[in-house]
Amino acid sequence: MPDAIINAANLSLVFQTDDGPVHALSEINLAIAPGDFVSLIGPSGCGKTTLLRVVADLEQPTAGELRVNGKSAAENRAARGYGYVFQAPALYPWRTIEANITLPLEIMGLPAAEQRDRAKRYLSLVNLEGFGRKYPWQLSGGMQQRVSIARALSFEPALLLMDEPFGALDEITRDHLNEQLHQLWARTQKTVVFVTHSIAEAVFLSTRIVVMSPRPGKILDVIECDLPRDRHLDLRETLEFQEIAHRVREGLRAGHSYDD
Amino acid sequence: MRNWRESTWLPVSCVVICLLAIWYAAAVWLNAPQLLAAYERADEAWSVARLVDDAWAMERPVLPAPHQVAAEMKATIWDKKFTSKRSLVYHSWVTLSSTLLGFALGTALGILLAVGITHNATLEKSLLPWIITSQTIPILAIAPMIIVVLAAIGLKGLVPKAMISMYLCFFPVAIGMVKGLRSPDPMNLDLLRTYNASTAQIFWHLRWPASMPFLFASLKVAIAISLVGAIVGELPTGATAGLGARLLTGSYYGQTIQIWSALITASILAGSLVALVGLAERRVLARMGNA
Repeated sequence: MPDAIINAANLSLVFQTDDGPVHALSEINLAIAPGDFVSLIGPSGCGKTTLLRVVADLEQPTAGELRVNGKSAAENRAARGYGYVFQAPALYPWRTIEANITLPLEIMGLPAAEQRDRAKRYLSLVNLEGFGRKYPWQLSGGMQQRVSIARALSFEPALLLMDEPFGALDEITRDHLNEQLHQLWARTQKTVVFVTHSIAEAVFLSTRIVVMSPRPGKILDVIECDLPRDRHLDLRETLEFQEIAHRVREGLRAGHSYDD
Repeated sequence: MRNWRESTWLPVSCVVICLLAIWYAAAVWLNAPQLLAAYERADEAWSVARLVDDAWAMERPVLPAPHQVAAEMKATIWDKKFTSKRSLVYHSWVTLSSTLLGFALGTALGILLAVGITHNATLEKSLLPWIITSQTIPILAIAPMIIVVLAAIGLKGLVPKAMISMYLCFFPVAIGMVKGLRSPDPMNLDLLRTYNASTAQIFWHLRWPASMPFLFASLKVAIAISLVGAIVGELPTGATAGLGARLLTGSYYGQTIQIWSALITASILAGSLVALVGLAERRVLARMGNA
């Protein structure tokens, strides 16, 4: 894919540990088009988080080619070409919500007025108007994770990398945030790479689902998820949704991922 | 807040009363042999009541009674002019000034070492053993050396004493700050890497604020031993001023009451300094969102 925002060819990563080499990623070939919402799904240890970290230049691949935004992963990180949302909110407890959102903007040296403006705009984008002066501990887990999404969006990267952002939340909050994230994606037209181990979450959010299996971490299947673009939670009750979910489940089973 | 105070007031005063009772009893116990010998020499009759009265009113007791120390402190703190050489306020100020200078220098040195150690593996390997070795030498052994060496290059008075304070108090600051600057978890560090933040930005935006609770815990230890350092520094010079000098002259002339009042003054000073650091800690942490 020539205009792909992420293009990985034969990407491999071997960790050298005391117990011998661990093949975290093996021969990954993946192209992600601008505007796509791609989920990486698989059991623990299948390398989905590692793949995301390689794209983010937080880990170095041991073999293969990787282009992000037409640059190397390191150049793309230097150009602040992506926003990363971690498993935990990772908010700094000594900063107010507003100051947490402006943290990347401070580091990038934006003018103070622009920082305040963006903080306000992105807080309202995640429906947290009026919480700017609170401290993280005054917010619920779901609200904190929304702040961390606003923080990742605040410097307006074209690419959003999300590593199981709702994994630690209860199911009701998670459903709610899935819907909000879907709307956010539809409105902002960002490219999103989303790591999850929830089939329902992956099918609901994605345009494409990448099924991965462990030891070594490799791609088993890439499933097109051509559900209508305008999605609500009741979509999950439909036959089309169930069919795609079934295919994902079959793919995971093919990887023997339920054996252990 | 009110409830909390009411509930601690009683136990605290109980402990104080118990300590005073033990002190009074110990004064009788420790001073009795001298008094009994004196009664025998003078061939006087004595009673327990007289023994107790005398034990609490000796001029050079082995252990003075609390009210004797209190009277001496009142005389040397309130009743004397602050500028008088016999005023404990004057002596406290002499000790306090070198304590504070040594504390400031030691804190700066400790933080500087910690920053170096956390950012450079070679510095950690080369410096840390020396830092630990420095604290295994008894300060009483090295203090005279420091005084003599510094006197040889023309430094006298405040600075050598401050150096001894610094020598003692940089250690807890360095150790605490190494821990504090390393306290951010990998996720918080990764976050700044995704912004391509520089080492300096990572320091000021993450490592430094994250280390504040560690810094203040270290500072409380540091300021107390800084005072110890200043007092120890006043001993080998045959110092003419400072709480250490009061301790020294007190022991030359067997003035136990003077020794004890200097000791109590030093402990009040140390307690106040630790409380001041605690106050600063609460203010800083409150500004950092810890309600």
